[in-house]
Amino acid sequence: MNPNNYLILAAILFTIGAYGVLVRRNAIIVFMSVELMLNAANLAFVAAARNTGTLDGLVVAFFVMVVAAAEVVVGLAIIVTIFRTRRSASIDEASLMKY
Amino acid sequence: MIAALIGLPLLGATVLLLGGRRTNAWGHFLAVAMSAASFVLGLFLFIQMAGKSEEEREVGQHLFDWISVGSFQVPFGLHLDQLSIVFVLLITGVGTLIHVYSIGYMEHDPNRRKFFAYLNLFVAAMLLLVLADNYFLLYVGWEGVGLASYLLISFYQQKPTAAAAGKKAFIVNRVGDVGLSLAIMLMFVTFGTVTFEGVDAAVASGSSSTVTWIGLALLLAACGKSAQFPLQSWLLDAMEGPTPVSALIHAATMVTAGVYLIVRAHSIFDLSEAARTAVVIVGAITLLLGAFIGLAKDDIKKGLAGSTMSQIGYMVLAAGLGPVGYVFAIFHLLTHGMFKAGLFLGAGSVMHGMHDDVNMRHYGALRTMMKVTYVTFGLGFLAIIGVPPFAGFWSKDEIIYVAFSQSFIIGMATLLGAGVTAFYMTRMMAMTFFGEARWQDDVHPHESPAVMTIPMIVLAFGSVFGGVAMLFVGDIEHWLEPVTGYAKPENSVSHSVLIPITIAVVLAGALFAWMRYGRRPVPVVAPTDVRFLTRAARADAYGDSLNEAVFMRPGQYLTRSLTWFDSKAIDGLVSGLAASIGGLSARGRRLQNGYARSYALTMLGGAVLIALVLLLVRL
Repeated sequence: MNPNNYLILAAILFTIGAYGVLVRRNAIIVFMSVELMLNAANLAFVAAARNTGTLDGLVVAFFVMVVAAAEVVVGLAIIVTIFRTRRSASIDEASLMKY
Repeated sequence: MIAALIGLPLLGATVLLLGGRRTNAWGHFLAVAMSAASFVLGLFLFIQMAGKSEEEREVGQHLFDWISVGSFQVPFGLHLDQLSIVFVLLITGVGTLIHVYSIGYMEHDPNRRKFFAYLNLFVAAMLLLVLADNYFLLYVGWEGVGLASYLLISFYQQKPTAAAAGKKAFIVNRVGDVGLSLAIMLMFVTFGTVTFEGVDAAVASGSSSTVTWIGLALLLAACGKSAQFPLQSWLLDAMEGPTPVSALIHAATMVTAGVYLIVRAHSIFDLSEAARTAVVIVGAITLLLGAFIGLAKDDIKKGLAGSTMSQIGYMVLAAGLGPVGYVFAIFHLLTHGMFKAGLFLGAGSVMHGMHDDVNMRHYGALRTMMKVTYVTFGLGFLAIIGVPPFAGFWSKDEIIYVAFSQSFIIGMATLLGAGVTAFYMTRMMAMTFFGEARWQDDVHPHESPAVMTIPMIVLAFGSVFGGVAMLFVGDIEHWLEPVTGYAKPENSVSHSVLIPITIAVVLAGALFAWMRYGRRPVPVVAPTDVRFLTRAARADAYGDSLNEAVFMRPGQYLTRSLTWFDSKAIDGLVSGLAASIGGLSARGRRLQNGYARSYALTMLGGAVLIALVLLLVRL
């Protein structure tokens, strides 16, 4: 199988994720889009590792998974708290920290 | 011993200034006691000195090394020689008398303690000035007397004119002080030392132009302190101070410090003909200018102040004539110290009896009301116009004689000055003590208390016998010769010719004044339809207007334009820079808009940019 196909799939997934982050207002959706971008990156790492036959890409992929898991824990907690206080999950409304 | 001379009055001033109101009751007695103790000590040192042979008379006292930096060595040393001791006696003697007089004169003043503290401070500073053994320490005393003078001129600080007069004296003196500091710096650079002894020894090694510059800088200093042309304007305003201050500081002692400086630095002036000529010219101009101002003054104290300027002009002129004149400059200084202090105290006594009115047009016929004042003032008057055998005759006649030996024009100037002196002093006598009474309503002239008249009587004795005593008993030429040097003038005109001429000029001046002011009634209000010369003399020969036009107004324009430049250009630049950075930041702040998605877009843009750059570099 051509390794380029994996990279193209990763690029498509990353683009979809970035698009989601930029255009959606719901915090949960934005969050999922971030996960999609992370996993696109993971896919690229793993494909590269397979292609070169080294372990480096696999190690980085594991790190990304761990960080993503930690991030989900903290991020979801924040989103839930914001939702409880403001009765809304829109990230545009949570724009109090500004000039 | 020498240090105690300065220490005693300094102690008095310290106690009175730090003691505060607690010393109000006895403060003036302490001040008098300190000054008198200093005088007794000075008298003791004088007798001790007179008993020694000529070579051993000079004594020094090294207190400590004051400044010691590399080759710059300034000792804190005192030095008592034949010149300083006569000054010590004049300062403490006249000073003590004026302290006593002030007890009466300042009796009703709530700030009498402060007044006496300042007087003691002045005596201490003046003694430091004449006892210092180097120019640097002399400078300390020089500034000390300037400070005391400032404090005492503006003593009636509630009067705006007095406050302004004090500031004026201080500022004009600053101009002279620049001269003294320049002279000291030049001495150090040229000779490597600032002690009198060191400079005297090294002066021959300096180039003649340097020595001349030092001499001119010293002359500038003397002009400031001694109210000589062109720095004379402060002295007339200084009469705003209490009369004892005018007598002690602005007649007898401080204003003569310039003469002391020139005589003390005689080794410099001996070598520089040009500097000496400048001194003589300054002296001659001031001698005539002061007399001219004295002619038209109706304020008794300002008339005396003009006369002081004129008499110090005589001294400066004599000092500028070189070794033939130094001793007579000092001789006239000493006699002038006595009779002019006496005249000022007399004027104070008259003012005391006339409700502090200084306008002579409101006096008249006081000789019957104030007998002691009349007699003592009259003796001082005879002394100042130079009637033999009173003190002023001997000293002024010597100066006229020496002046004729050097130059006919200078001699004529001194002779003319003597005639004008006789005129304005006779005018003063006639307007104050003779003629009809022109007293204001509810003024009841009365004689002053004994505490004031006794110092006047003592000074009157000095005015009568001082000259004879110093010239014939004290032999002042030979007493001062080891310090100042003395050369007998070679004169084409002999004393026997000059003395009758001088007396004739004096009598003519006095007679002329008597015809105008003694025989004719004096108008109570000064006439205004007067000639230009009278108007000029009333306006202090336009000295103030000149200073205003030449220095003050351009100075104000300069400061105003500098302020404008500072506030517009400099501040504009600095504040403009700050404002533009501030404005830029205020706009940059808008980027922090709180929308997470816009941050994400920025991040994405940045990442894409970096990726593009990396790609481009790789290609």
